[in-house]
Amino acid sequence: MADFIRDNINKDGIDRRGFLQCMAWAGTGALYTMHGGILKSLPLMQGAASGMNMAKMKGADFSFIQISDSHIGFSKEANPDVTATLQIAVDRINSSAAPPDFLLHTGDISQLSKPSEFDTAEQVLKGAKAGRIFYVPGEHDVLTDDGKQYLDRFGKDTKGKGWYSFDHKGAHFIGLVNVVDLKAGGLGSLGSDQLKWLQDDVRNLKSSTPVIVFAHIPLWAVYPEWGWGTDDSEQALGYLKRFGSVSVLNGHIHQIMQKVEGNVTFHTALSTAFPQPIPGTAPSPGPMKVPADHLRNVLGISHVNYVQGAHSLAIVDSPLA
Amino acid sequence: MKRIKWIFGLAAMVVTALACTGGTKPGLAMSSGDKPANGVAVKIDNFSFGPANITIPAGTTITWTNNDDVPHVVTSDDNKMFKSKALDTDDHFSFTFTKPGTYRYYCAIHPKMTAKIVVQ
Repeated sequence: MADFIRDNINKDGIDRRGFLQCMAWAGTGALYTMHGGILKSLPLMQGAASGMNMAKMKGADFSFIQISDSHIGFSKEANPDVTATLQIAVDRINSSAAPPDFLLHTGDISQLSKPSEFDTAEQVLKGAKAGRIFYVPGEHDVLTDDGKQYLDRFGKDTKGKGWYSFDHKGAHFIGLVNVVDLKAGGLGSLGSDQLKWLQDDVRNLKSSTPVIVFAHIPLWAVYPEWGWGTDDSEQALGYLKRFGSVSVLNGHIHQIMQKVEGNVTFHTALSTAFPQPIPGTAPSPGPMKVPADHLRNVLGISHVNYVQGAHSLAIVDSPLA
Repeated sequence: MKRIKWIFGLAAMVVTALACTGGTKPGLAMSSGDKPANGVAVKIDNFSFGPANITIPAGTTITWTNNDDVPHVVTSDDNKMFKSKALDTDDHFSFTFTKPGTYRYYCAIHPKMTAKIVVQ
């Protein structure tokens, strides 16, 4: 993590020393700030009450929330009541000082693509005080009918299997689908149709436009041994190389990870359902069982604050505890 | 000691045979309603098929059982020959291999999971 820390470029009072100090007293959440493509990271006290966090909130042009991996329908030991923890996430969103402009749900809304699971998820998420919810599917959402049900419910006005883009207050958001038509032995896949669309989608954008990409499976090789990566993500990122600020938000791995590569910052969000193990620390990436009183510490949502001009994207990962 | 192990091994095989010929829940993804006469069990544990390579005589029915806490989808590499529904924990899927050949398959949602069946 220390590798990602740079000097106090934007004179925001957060340097490496400060970061390390914060490390000492916090540990449940994390605040990520991006300045010109450099990600800074500081852990954050639960409840988003730290002075540093509030400083970051001020002056944001807008904020949105990333929520991921709700897995409604899952009822195993790791979390027998995923609807309740999704509700806690919604309550957390609604208790934010400033309501987010919108939510991004980065997939695995459901466990088994069942209509009743989607119904429950929609019902709970409807209670969130946010402009609207943008979705991309996880592999659990496209288990039946080749993803038709997902598209009917969450993917109206999208292209292909559910990809799309939109602009918001000067930033360009791109929702990608990398969970369909997967090849034996491979990883997540975008496919040639989507890649061609992506190339066209960004063709006429100014290079100074901040680009935020969101998709379910990480668009970087987190841990290919567990399938945590996307086969053709390099090609997609190639189309985004000329942009000064690219942020990539993913779910799927149920834990916070980040990486910076040039002007691209990658970030994965917590799940609202159950945690998954750190790569290589378990026989498989299956749900990780933790003591019941610890569960909410390892579930969470991400608040994202965008500051125009400074190209600053601050990501605050808050646990549900 | 060796003999004891062998007996345990035999017992395990009997249990496996029972597991694959009986206890099919109604409404699950079976290729037919019949209990496989020449059944072989493949278990899905920790995101892998076990055994990953099997050689069987033509006419054998393979029954996959998902022991993981996450769903898996048993799919032939060509995506046509066979494809299970999403198998939740303890769900089964069976397919009878009638023609000799090598059949590779994978999990459609966790494609790193691959395995092979050789039919003689």
